[in-house]
Amino acid sequence: MKKNMNKNYFEVLRPGINSTFQDNGRNNFYHIGIPFSGAMDNRNFLLANTISNNKINNPVLEFAYQGPKLKYIGENISINVTGDVNFKIIRKNKNLEFSCYENIVLENNDCLDILSTNRSVYGYLSIGGTFEVDYYLNSCSTNTKAKIGANSGEKLEIGQIIKLKNIKKILPKNKIEYLNSKIENIRIIKGPHFDYFSKNAIDSFFSNEFNVTKLSDRMGIRLKGPKINNIKNTNIKSEGLVKGVIQITADGDPIIMLSDHGTIGGYPKIGVVISADYDKLVQIPPGSKIKFKEINLKDAETIFKLYEMETQNLISNIK
Amino acid sequence: MIKNISNLGDAALYCDFGTEVNKEINRNVINYFNNLRESNFLGITNITPSYNKLVISFDLKLTSYAKLKKQVENLELKKNNNSKNNLIKIPVCCAEEFALDIKRLQKLLKINEAKIYEKFFSKNYYCYMTGFIAGMPFLGDMDKSLFAKRLETPRVKVPKNSIGITEQFCNIYTFESPGGWNIIGKTPVDIFDNKKNTEPNLINPGDTISFYPISKLEYEKKYE
Repeated sequence: MKKNMNKNYFEVLRPGINSTFQDNGRNNFYHIGIPFSGAMDNRNFLLANTISNNKINNPVLEFAYQGPKLKYIGENISINVTGDVNFKIIRKNKNLEFSCYENIVLENNDCLDILSTNRSVYGYLSIGGTFEVDYYLNSCSTNTKAKIGANSGEKLEIGQIIKLKNIKKILPKNKIEYLNSKIENIRIIKGPHFDYFSKNAIDSFFSNEFNVTKLSDRMGIRLKGPKINNIKNTNIKSEGLVKGVIQITADGDPIIMLSDHGTIGGYPKIGVVISADYDKLVQIPPGSKIKFKEINLKDAETIFKLYEMETQNLISNIK
Repeated sequence: MIKNISNLGDAALYCDFGTEVNKEINRNVINYFNNLRESNFLGITNITPSYNKLVISFDLKLTSYAKLKKQVENLELKKNNNSKNNLIKIPVCCAEEFALDIKRLQKLLKINEAKIYEKFFSKNYYCYMTGFIAGMPFLGDMDKSLFAKRLETPRVKVPKNSIGITEQFCNIYTFESPGGWNIIGKTPVDIFDNKKNTEPNLINPGDTISFYPISKLEYEKKYE
């Protein structure tokens, strides 16, 4: 046992809009109503832990839009931020600027101010060490609806202390060259209720742009655009959902299910976003437009393999 | 048995057992669910049983739709895997302050309060599925005379542990949540215990539930 195990900690000076601890998510509990959760943007989560030389499933701090402002007390520690994020470190009244995707050293009394994500939604803070968090059903992922996971299932709150453990020696820079490209075209596979909609409705669904509304969070993205008319039934018998499912509500508006989604739902499913486009989808902020494109299962599987290869390439090219 | 398996996106199987809602079909779904839980097929991340469908999601890095579909089609079912399913008794307090929609139901169903409760408490209910929010059980079937529509405008906040009814089903709000079911009482028992790290759910798909009435005094005692 190391002595003074809890001498390293962050004090939350500003919690940010939606800052939660996340890991890979919780498997195998959909049947009792507990969603997968976990980091929304899986690639940026993976890169954060890789740069920190951590195990792949180490907890990270996820933030959305405006991130937290954290005061650090303790021995020097390596940290990194991933995503398209604007942040600074305030050291002895001086503002220091750094880039994402590389290790930087945080010193005693430094203040890490994560100002905002740029034209995106989520970013990640990882440390060379481990956030001391609670686990529930094999995951620390915070689910604020069921009040489970790290931080008693709550978002970060002002004034709270985040204890750190297993602090590593200062890490090499481990820089990754990654540009968070944006997409507007989301590729989808036909859903089981595709034939609930008229030919005109389907044409309209694929030929028009939809606005991402402010009613979007870790549970789902609500879209506004042309109404998608249902010719069969606006309700189905409730059944299982997965992330990426696009349901059409009784009002004719699409909702895309995201990582904290309700596990079952009763609206017809017009389509499902392909796995390879999920990380990009969650990063599309309210006010943006998106357009859907239909592809087949075989192509989706090929695109996913390419996506995985790209992730592995990024990791193997660490400098 | 499974009528058809199709893909739900690129990382899930959509198993269709039929369109009707009845116990026989649902027992089939749950039998598959129980067997699949024990199968250890590589890559399965979640299995969601519902009235007449079973959704199996998987990790696309580890398996694929075609591979897993074949495995599910060739799955040898152990018979009567529903033996794990329990009979659970749930106390309900029907005090005025908890029975938010009893007045509305009297008007809607044209039967008086006493009769509504008599009919409600006289039946056992079958758990078709749990979900939507953590631990929420979907129970049925209600006595036909108690079939009622949802509220026209759903409540923004239904109190935790409320008992709701709609059409042929009843449920228990395991958390404070938005909802449109007709609320007839409240239980002091936590159906989902977020402190328990194993089996946080009191009620699981396939279980049988019987409700029994308790007084306000008993409710308060149980809550302590």
